[in-house]
Amino acid sequence: MKHTRRWLGAAFAAGVVALAAGAAFAQDKEVVFGLQCDRTGATQTVGIFLCPGYHDYIALLNSKGGIEGYKIRVVEIDHEYKVPPAMEAHERFKLEGAILESLYGTPQTAALTKKLEEDKLLGTSPGFGTAAATDGKKFPYVFPIAASYWSQGAAAVAFAKKELGGSLKGKKIAYLFYDNPAGKEPLVILEDLAKSEGFELRTFAVPAPGLEMAAQILDITGRYRPDFVIAHLFGRSPSVSIKELKGKGYPLSKVVSLVWGASEADIKAAGGYAVAEGYHTLQFAGVGGDFQVIKDINAMYQSQGKPVPAAQEVSVYYNRGVMIAAIHAEAARNAIKAKGGARPTSEDVKRGMESINGFTLGGMVPPMEITEADHEGGGWVQVWTVKGGKLVKNGDWFRAYRDVLNKHLAATN
Amino acid sequence: MLHRESGVFKTSYAADMALYPLPIARWTILAIIVLFAVILPVSLHEYYLSIINLSLIAIVGALGLNILVGYTGQISVGHAAFMSVGAYTAANLAVKLGLPFWITLPAGGLMAALVGAIVGIPSLRIKGLYLAIATLAGQLIIEWIINHTPAISGGAQASIQVPRPTLWGHELKSQGQLYFFLLFFAALAIVATLNLVRSRIGRAFVAIRDQDIAAEIIGINIYRYKLLSFAISSFYAGVCGVLYTYYLGIANYEQFQIVVSIDYLAMIIIGGLGSVLGSVLGAVFVTMLPIVLRLAMEPLAGLFFSPGEMSSVIASTRLVLFGGLIIFFLVVEPEGLNRLWRNIRNYFRVWPFSY
Repeated sequence: MKHTRRWLGAAFAAGVVALAAGAAFAQDKEVVFGLQCDRTGATQTVGIFLCPGYHDYIALLNSKGGIEGYKIRVVEIDHEYKVPPAMEAHERFKLEGAILESLYGTPQTAALTKKLEEDKLLGTSPGFGTAAATDGKKFPYVFPIAASYWSQGAAAVAFAKKELGGSLKGKKIAYLFYDNPAGKEPLVILEDLAKSEGFELRTFAVPAPGLEMAAQILDITGRYRPDFVIAHLFGRSPSVSIKELKGKGYPLSKVVSLVWGASEADIKAAGGYAVAEGYHTLQFAGVGGDFQVIKDINAMYQSQGKPVPAAQEVSVYYNRGVMIAAIHAEAARNAIKAKGGARPTSEDVKRGMESINGFTLGGMVPPMEITEADHEGGGWVQVWTVKGGKLVKNGDWFRAYRDVLNKHLAATN
Repeated sequence: MLHRESGVFKTSYAADMALYPLPIARWTILAIIVLFAVILPVSLHEYYLSIINLSLIAIVGALGLNILVGYTGQISVGHAAFMSVGAYTAANLAVKLGLPFWITLPAGGLMAALVGAIVGIPSLRIKGLYLAIATLAGQLIIEWIINHTPAISGGAQASIQVPRPTLWGHELKSQGQLYFFLLFFAALAIVATLNLVRSRIGRAFVAIRDQDIAAEIIGINIYRYKLLSFAISSFYAGVCGVLYTYYLGIANYEQFQIVVSIDYLAMIIIGGLGSVLGSVLGAVFVTMLPIVLRLAMEPLAGLFFSPGEMSSVIASTRLVLFGGLIIFFLVVEPEGLNRLWRNIRNYFRVWPFSY
């Protein structure tokens, strides 16, 4: 009874607030961001941590008065990692007057590439989609804004080179990958580098859904015995690879994973930090709560009397959400500034995005420079290594073999 | 369709088989045509047209699957793979040879029909769950071949960008233009299916479904008709894949994976096996219900939750509601939405003087 009354009271109060807010909307300056998510589909293990990060950063901005006097409203659509709902999401964002949108998923990015260009609405695809989208001349409205699979592959080779004492000549590297287009994408770069660096590359494909790879791991550890393993797996398969490699006695300090096999959740599912000790991961956003922006978000929650968001337990994805939101907001800010405070169009935001330079969010975001020609922003990554029960930063932002990548970029299309 | 009859006065087989049993049926059809061809595209925002577009594509695929599963009684979990066959055939023809859609579309369908007939060969010996597994193998083999054959898939990304369809030099790219493009083919598919199922071929399919041995005894070549059913069903799937390709501007096999096959099976089971209207209702139900549920929940959830929490709550609740509604409709009427619709019609046929 008491509860009912409280609920009714809350509902009434909320109704009044909503009405007041609705009335205020008419005068309030507002920009709309579209956010595609997968909270319930095949890759929900990413979405349930990444999307809260996005919302929390926007809420933080709004609590400080928004950007340049504009509040941000986020319209989120959960597309369950399916393609048709992604198209519906895009149309919905247009209906709501969104000035940019956050894509999610490689097939969805592919399916919307053409539509984005026709509608002149920019979409960001951090960590997925095709590496060719780096070239802003060919893909004017798709922005990877984070290291593409090509950049990640090149960085992984550079990291292996460093770990193996500065030379890869005569070394053996195994590439363990998920057998889908995203998994195969870095192959061209790896094969090219194998020639120029003089190492032997052998590939080990893991078929979907990637939960069974005993044969491949046995092949790697028993027969091939590589000097280094580059892993590129998705969903629940990274944890299986960690567990299997550990079980066969392969040193995890000789394994580096690309960005989607690199979260705390993967490590926990593999049996915990003790099992994964030494495992290297590539990251395109900083990891952990030791950043000013995360502290600000937590302070905002505490001031509202709410607990700190649970999604932060997987800070790898949560921070990526924060990073995406921050770059979006920065692009919108640049656009509004360039128009002298007037409401930006989606084309203004594209130019705003292309003028992002040196925006690091206290070290959480790489020092990227997005230009009209380079929508990737430089392809920076950081290595974080499992050490003593947590992910520890292992060196600063770096990138590698840009000449090789540029050669391949020029050759596509 | 929507009209009521006062009784059954049919005196000839022709009258019984007629698509329009009464003059009013013709007017209903006319009204529906006006509604879809004039009123909806003029009055609806592009966003709502985009939802209808997705449903129109799904209708073509669902009709095809219903011919195989609902009318012929052969189960298939490889429907999405046949879509990808159509999609890649059309994409390659459109990009490499620069052919227009009115050639690539039937070509994609025919290629899918050919592959479908091959995948359907096991149906000559096995039935039911065993056939499901055989077609599942077909699905996985086709996916694997596309993924590993750059000549088909166009490279490591396995996606081929396709130019927009053009009609008399006019590019169809907005949702409104694509709406007419898709509506035409969806309508064509519906009319073709309506006529197919009352033809000699359609009746042979139904005979095989009901009792294949009896069908053989009365002179139906069941080998021929089973393969024909697979081919026709795959033709629809291929066309559906081509429509997706033109709608999205890209062919990508990752959007035709096994879950999509399951989705289409769900459509025809919810809509009603062995019925054209059921395929349409099922396709619309499965495509639109998640969207409608979200649109309905958004203003409500906005009252109780912050924007961040709201998205999480809606995403999960929507899934639960969607599943719950599927169970509800199937419990209310196991034979699907089509039967539910007929029950409602039959009730009103004698209303208010029901006995």
